Amino acid sequence: MYFQRFIFAHLVLLSALSAAGGDIDFNRDIRPILSDKCYQCHGPDGRAREADLRIDRRQDALAVITPGDPESSELFLRVNHEDPDQRMPPDQSPKKLKPREIAKLRQWIAEGANFTGHWAYQPISKPALPAVSNPDWVQNEIDLFILHRLEQSGLKPSPPADGRTLLRRLTLDLTGLPPTLQQYESFAKSPDLETMIDRLMSSPRYGEHMAWRWLDAARYADSDGYESDPLRNMWPWRDWVVEAFNRHLPYDQFIIEQLAGDQLKSPSVRQVLATGFNRNHRLNNEGGVDPDEWLVEYVCDRAETTATVFMGLTWQCARCHDHKFDPITTKEYYQLFSFFHQLPEIGNGRGSNNAPPMIEVSDLPHLEEFAAVVDQLQPLTQQLEAIANSDEFKEAYHAWQKSLETDDVARKKLPGELGKKEINKWDQKLTEQAQAHFLRNIYELAAGLRSQMRPLEKLQSQLKATGAKVMVMGDRDERRKTFILKRGAFDQPGDEVTADTPAFLPPMDPSLPKNRLGLARWLVRPDHPLTARVAVNRTWERFFGTGLVKTPEDFGSQGELPSHPQLLDYLARWLIESGWDLQALQKLILSSATYQQSSRVTPELITVDPENRLLARGARYRLPAPVIRDQALAASGLLVEQIGGPAVKPYQPAGLWKEIIKGRVEYKRDKNEKLYRRSLYTLWRRAVKPPLMSLLDANGRDTCAVDLKQTNTPLQALLLLNDETFVEHARGLATRMMREGGTDDEARICRGLALLLGRQPHGNELAILSEELQQQRSYFQAHPDAVDAFLAVGDSPVDASLEAVELAATTSVARVLLNLDETLTRE
Amino acid sequence: MNQLRRDFLTHSTLGLGSAALGSLLPASSGAAVPSIPSTPPRAKRVIYLFQSGGPSHLDLYDYKPLLQDQFGEDLPDSVRGGQRLTGFTKNQKSLPITPTKFRFQQCGQNGSWVNTELLPGIGSVADQICFIRSMHTEAINHDPARTFLQTGAQLAGRPSMGAWLSYGLGSETEDLPAFMVLNSYGSCKRTPQPVSGRLWGSGFLPSQYQGVKLQSVGDPVLFVSNPPGISRQSQRQSLDALGRMNQLKAEQAGDPEIEARIQQYEMAFQMQASVPELTDISDEPESTFQLYGEDAKTRGTYAANCLIARRMAERGVRFIQLYHVGWDHHQNIPRDLPLMCGDVDKASAGLLIDLKQRGLLEDTLVIWGGEFGRTTFSQGKLTREVYGRDHHGRVFSIWMAGGGIKPGSYGSSDDFGYSVAENGVHVHDLQATILHLLGIDHTRLTYRFQGRDFRLTDVHGQVVDPILSC
Repeated sequence: MYFQRFIFAHLVLLSALSAAGGDIDFNRDIRPILSDKCYQCHGPDGRAREADLRIDRRQDALAVITPGDPESSELFLRVNHEDPDQRMPPDQSPKKLKPREIAKLRQWIAEGANFTGHWAYQPISKPALPAVSNPDWVQNEIDLFILHRLEQSGLKPSPPADGRTLLRRLTLDLTGLPPTLQQYESFAKSPDLETMIDRLMSSPRYGEHMAWRWLDAARYADSDGYESDPLRNMWPWRDWVVEAFNRHLPYDQFIIEQLAGDQLKSPSVRQVLATGFNRNHRLNNEGGVDPDEWLVEYVCDRAETTATVFMGLTWQCARCHDHKFDPITTKEYYQLFSFFHQLPEIGNGRGSNNAPPMIEVSDLPHLEEFAAVVDQLQPLTQQLEAIANSDEFKEAYHAWQKSLETDDVARKKLPGELGKKEINKWDQKLTEQAQAHFLRNIYELAAGLRSQMRPLEKLQSQLKATGAKVMVMGDRDERRKTFILKRGAFDQPGDEVTADTPAFLPPMDPSLPKNRLGLARWLVRPDHPLTARVAVNRTWERFFGTGLVKTPEDFGSQGELPSHPQLLDYLARWLIESGWDLQALQKLILSSATYQQSSRVTPELITVDPENRLLARGARYRLPAPVIRDQALAASGLLVEQIGGPAVKPYQPAGLWKEIIKGRVEYKRDKNEKLYRRSLYTLWRRAVKPPLMSLLDANGRDTCAVDLKQTNTPLQALLLLNDETFVEHARGLATRMMREGGTDDEARICRGLALLLGRQPHGNELAILSEELQQQRSYFQAHPDAVDAFLAVGDSPVDASLEAVELAATTSVARVLLNLDETLTRE
Repeated sequence: MNQLRRDFLTHSTLGLGSAALGSLLPASSGAAVPSIPSTPPRAKRVIYLFQSGGPSHLDLYDYKPLLQDQFGEDLPDSVRGGQRLTGFTKNQKSLPITPTKFRFQQCGQNGSWVNTELLPGIGSVADQICFIRSMHTEAINHDPARTFLQTGAQLAGRPSMGAWLSYGLGSETEDLPAFMVLNSYGSCKRTPQPVSGRLWGSGFLPSQYQGVKLQSVGDPVLFVSNPPGISRQSQRQSLDALGRMNQLKAEQAGDPEIEARIQQYEMAFQMQASVPELTDISDEPESTFQLYGEDAKTRGTYAANCLIARRMAERGVRFIQLYHVGWDHHQNIPRDLPLMCGDVDKASAGLLIDLKQRGLLEDTLVIWGGEFGRTTFSQGKLTREVYGRDHHGRVFSIWMAGGGIKPGSYGSSDDFGYSVAENGVHVHDLQATILHLLGIDHTRLTYRFQGRDFRLTDVHGQVVDPILSC
């Protein structure tokens, strides 16, 4: 059984890993044991500490350890004790030590019980390039590290993937879309990888694809997330992310602008928009909620998200007590909290009205123009205000108002309420309206100014209509006090704290302001041990399915150790020295022989390294949710490649919203092009996620998520077989097969495979698919009603020039093609 | 490997869980296999009749005759103890004591007090039921309170109870998901508090453990019907072609994941038959509808969902979660409560009777209750005939019946129905008890996420032993 084989293989791998060193390595061999089995009661958290004993630091642990002498070390005696009452961990604890772990502890004490700091908090090392015995295979530095490790484990790398597979892999990895037939053909003629990478990275589709995982991390959605889950407008921020990737914004800038764009010197509107990053959290608009309570939740979310996304820290564990495994105190939790606690926000959500602070923006292509208009209008508006405050104006206004008292015809022509009410019934508000009307339409001395302003105002309102009002960061003038919250409760303040960074990481430079901008600059200081490592890991994961550290959300002592620690450090340093050039890092990875290996799985590899952590082969895994849909869209020829703008509502089964959303609102799906936009633009309502996305493991966007989930379920099969989306896209593909593939069955089938996968059939494939086409043809010939019903799925018009039975039968074949494992998999 | 998992793996190699498990393990970042010792399970499955919105314990199950004499008097400060109120009533000048206007009676041999004016059916099966009148929660708003009950935390992001159970126990059936959800809207339509899809989400557990909601319109399970025009035979032919193509791929690429995918498509095809069979109630005799009520003939009603719940129980669904929406009665309990009770009374009782007569009650745990109770004092104006109540989590009532539960009563509130008087049952205690009844030690069903071993019960929870049958 596969499962047992896996367990066995896993053991083999584990022992291979630990045997690699020989001597005990504290970080590799001991810390995971102590952290998982002991720190709960004898770790950093002072309040949970038992027997006043902590063993996470050497000076404290020496109370129970005699270096060099396990037999007189209380620690060893207790974990090895025969009496369950004496043995550690205690009998009632679910944590148990394995004999192998006890042996390791013994060996460690015998070797002197050395502690070294947790790897991820140590400075990034400067690893030397390792020597390898097969340099011919090596394309760049990455390969040296990978091959070195493979050779140590007695493994050989796989041969390179064929050109077609490699092109598909690259194109899917970089753009989330498959190559076109033309791209397959031209790459076959001149397989120049570097040109291809450059071309893909300069495609607008690149930024769209890169953005998806960032939106997961930034918990981006189009609704507030609680109770009635009202819709909100944050899409200009989403477009900012797409654009940031497309213009290859360096990663340090990417961080600074999103955390603190508003605090830069004379920030552009684009930089302020970037700070929407930390306003994407959920907002509670439920009746009767306590705004003070929820305000705290939002600030917690910002601090925790920031720590996870940029540093791989499980910050949330320190909200109620000191962190149990990592050296984060509760005080430090609230010090980071304080950076994000300064907004003039309210605790309630307001749905599409959003919550302050907010800015109004146009869509991204017009952002500069919009900002320029706003800038040009500002002095003119000031001049107009000056006029309004002048005595001449006031006199003129009074005279005009008086004239209206006797001129009812003129008064009735006034706009709105002014025209309807007699002057003696005007209240303060109406009088102000009348003054504004007089100033903006009648007053002679403002006429010149008005003629300057009018075209600008018109342009401004046109541009405004392309955008939205977006939540951004912005601090209050007066600093809001931050207190440690006892047990994390909003109404249990303890000692006051001020904004600061945690003590176990390099300190903030004294010249930096203690605000978000200072925090952002601290994150990107070159000696920060986490920022670059976390970024490299995330980048690596994009191209291998798993990071060098398998737990991207946790670089702490409970997280997994890096599979290739030196490579991680080498790349982290490389990234910093490149000026945080993420695209250059990606290119380095993509140019490696490691990346270009075939993903074919051999029985040997599945036994020795089932998770492919050693990378003796290329990665092979199911495509993420949005790519599965976008690929089908592309193959169907229906894809609308339009970048940015408000969210769209593609197909979704009827009734889903109605069952969930207050007021039983129905999902009104869009028509025409909006049905065929990329998945990135699909409306994301948190209470009722797009089913296509959740069934295919997309992250929920309720809270920050940096991991990638992969499952394989029958519900996914039902979706891919039966959903309107995929049936329509199959018809699109079938239409192309018939139009472009000639008249005979085999040619059409070949065309389908070429369009979707860029290849010819091999083995028995043509026979299988021809038989399917023939069977479906017979079925539809016998069931004319079925033809009409099947072809009517989806809004796109049926190509009337094609014979209907033939189109239906070919659509069935296309449906099989869209469901092939190969289609759904990145190989 | 623990016993539960091992049994499950060997006995259902084609089960939903096991096939998915095979594909899941290598890629999972969580603990590969939960280390749960097997205690003898008392129940194999759960039917959770969630009354969403916060039914008034004071008007349904928690009889407080002494309040009748204190009508309209201010609730003594000593009772409230300065504890916080929601934004609805925090600025209200007085908190007038509000006795129920409904008639209570002692029911059955156990003599449990029930509002028999509105719940005669439930009263009639009181001897099957254990009433818990000392539930309490910290949450005071719907969304956090529901999330707390279902996931063990007030904030979203944790797996729901059903997801934990399908992760821990796997599936009993190869044809249906282990965790299924049914949703109905009550006759009181003034406050249709929505129930978010994340209440049956899998949180940080892999998404295969999330609940599958049965829709009340369209396909009962999303995408379970063939596309228009495609017959079962035509679908079968396409699947055969697909399977053969994938088999070729498996030989060429060597990836065991492909075999798993082939299996998932076969299971999908099975479900296309088993789901319609599950929801097609045309084979039910008339006596069924006498039990559950005529409403059970109308798809999407609470009564119909109770009937489907029984059919799911028969077919091996592990965790059956119903939501009935509309219990949030801030303004007018005498007007709104009868509407909701009318929806649920007969069908809830009918479900218990039906399970019992089919021999299913002994290994099916049935739970009836909401996310919190309601205040002793009136929200807004108080008269004998019109009163509303605000949210109240300090004490409320639920009931349990079936697998491993000893009928009777447990716990009590103070004379005001405001706080727990004795034997408080916290949300985490309830969760610990449910897991215990299914044979799981709640401290050992864990999943590692972000460096921590998470549990449904966080670091809390005590099994409520006195309500367990011997």
